[in-house]
Amino acid sequence: MSNPDERQRPKLAVVKFASCDGCQLSILNLEEDLLALGRMLDIAYFPEASSDMRPGPYDIALVEGSITTAEDAHRILALRQQAKVLITIGACAMAGGIQSLRNWADVESFKRTVYPSPEYIQSLSTSTPISEHVHVDFELWGCPIDKSQLLRVITDLMVGVQPRLPADSVCLECKRRGNVCVLVAKGLPCLGPVTKTGCGAICPGMGRDCYGCFGPSEGARKGPGLPPNTTSLARHFHGELQLIPIEVMRRFRGINGSVSPFRAESDIWEQKT
Amino acid sequence: MSDLPIGWRDHQEPGRYRLEQTGSQDIFGVVHGPQSLKPFVFAPREPLLQIERTKGGFAAHPALPHPEQIAVIGARACDLAGLAIQDRIFLNDAYRDPYYAARRDELFVIAVNCTRALSTCFCASMETGPRAKTGFDLALTKVDDMLLIEAGSEAGSGLLSELSLSPAHENLIDEAARCIEACARSQVRQLDHARLPQALYDAHDHPRWDEVAGRCLACANCTMVCPTCFCHTVEETPDLSNQQTAHARLWDSCFTQEHGYIHGKNIRPTIKDRYRMWLTHKLASWIDQFGMSGCVGCGRCITWCPVGIDLTEELSALLTSDSRSSVVGSPVEGT
Repeated sequence: MSNPDERQRPKLAVVKFASCDGCQLSILNLEEDLLALGRMLDIAYFPEASSDMRPGPYDIALVEGSITTAEDAHRILALRQQAKVLITIGACAMAGGIQSLRNWADVESFKRTVYPSPEYIQSLSTSTPISEHVHVDFELWGCPIDKSQLLRVITDLMVGVQPRLPADSVCLECKRRGNVCVLVAKGLPCLGPVTKTGCGAICPGMGRDCYGCFGPSEGARKGPGLPPNTTSLARHFHGELQLIPIEVMRRFRGINGSVSPFRAESDIWEQKT
Repeated sequence: MSDLPIGWRDHQEPGRYRLEQTGSQDIFGVVHGPQSLKPFVFAPREPLLQIERTKGGFAAHPALPHPEQIAVIGARACDLAGLAIQDRIFLNDAYRDPYYAARRDELFVIAVNCTRALSTCFCASMETGPRAKTGFDLALTKVDDMLLIEAGSEAGSGLLSELSLSPAHENLIDEAARCIEACARSQVRQLDHARLPQALYDAHDHPRWDEVAGRCLACANCTMVCPTCFCHTVEETPDLSNQQTAHARLWDSCFTQEHGYIHGKNIRPTIKDRYRMWLTHKLASWIDQFGMSGCVGCGRCITWCPVGIDLTEELSALLTSDSRSSVVGSPVEGT
């Protein structure tokens, strides 16, 4: 491939909000592909990787993290103005992340418990996904995101193709990989049947139950697809796998607990606890 | 020998699979595992083409597999029946699939006749088992501490002739037949296919579809473990330089959102649509399409359904006119 000069290469920004940086690390972990990415794109803003931080506008902005402060709520609006294509990466940006557990709790009491001087902590009472604040052009689910999916989406954007990722359940990938079902063979409360594929079924591949880090298989957003049948799976967890209601609630109220199909299911089981 | 599952036994129920070590010397106590012979011939992910950019166009190079010879020990009659159906689809159609054919040519099948049925088995009612009739190279039947071996192909006969074995006594052959017969009679599930395909077409608007849709997860496990399901999709994986792309085929399912998506519309948006599509194709329109049922009675879709949906029970309910939701959870009585 020819090496287009700086002015021609699309400008990329990688921007962080409330998050653990794991998705940004997935980008750094691209290793050889990171070099190829650097040849394709002008990585103009990526503080996790470089102190050379150039201002926008950007052709592509990858956004990690959720909105948990008033300052960030303004910052995301400003970024949207600067970004031609805005792609959210990871469960925090998509659903508010694990920190969205605060949405069901009293944040003021957390502050008082943890900090000697809680008045210094300026934090919103909620953790919300980026899509609640600005228009998002494409979403890359996962905790963390999958490197191949990221590369695929960027490659598609570069050649002018509408990016498209599968919305199948994790079960399809489990079966393609020859994993033995941990729900059926071990009785583990696996969320795979209602969770979007993309991770490569790594948890069931290691004999563990999926905890839904790629979000609902369908119906998390407007558009095609219906919410997955969390009702039936939750009933099975309780009736057959002997989970008590609070355990069922916690299965659905995890990293993607604020996404509508999972949130609705966890709220139902909260009523039963 | 140490690789064989000596002493192990499988217990299968709707949505439940457990293995137990009995301490016996039984080699073939496990009736069947999570997959049939399907992955050996219809690969879950098969690279089809490597496509590269050329001056003014592109070139596509087929990525035909170079499979090693594989001998499978312990295939069951239902597995052979499933393989015969896949052969019909991939080999005997107008469009012979060279990828499937390459893998199929290298497969040597040592079948085992079943002398124990699982609670989920119903091959007897589908007339596919428990005796392996065709499609094997060798077939074994365990009778007490003896193994009765039968050759079913030239390759099988060739292998047998290299071994120093004594001809089977007639009593042993009779005893083997009795054990297999007893296994058939012990099956608690049946699938009543006498009135198919029409009866299922007539049940298109049956209220039972709504009831089962309330339980179905649309997770696709039933189709993934089915020995006969052949749906697949193709996937491109371009490299970052945009000079090459790998074109691969992978298992797909009629339960996914994209499977029902055609030209701007999803024709099967609801779980009810998808379950009805699957069951109606499997048990009814498959007969019109291929001249045989798409079900071999292995019961894997019952065991590996995370919530234990039982197609024999669903069919029975669907063929009962005007039934509102019937009781869930017990094996279907024979009709």
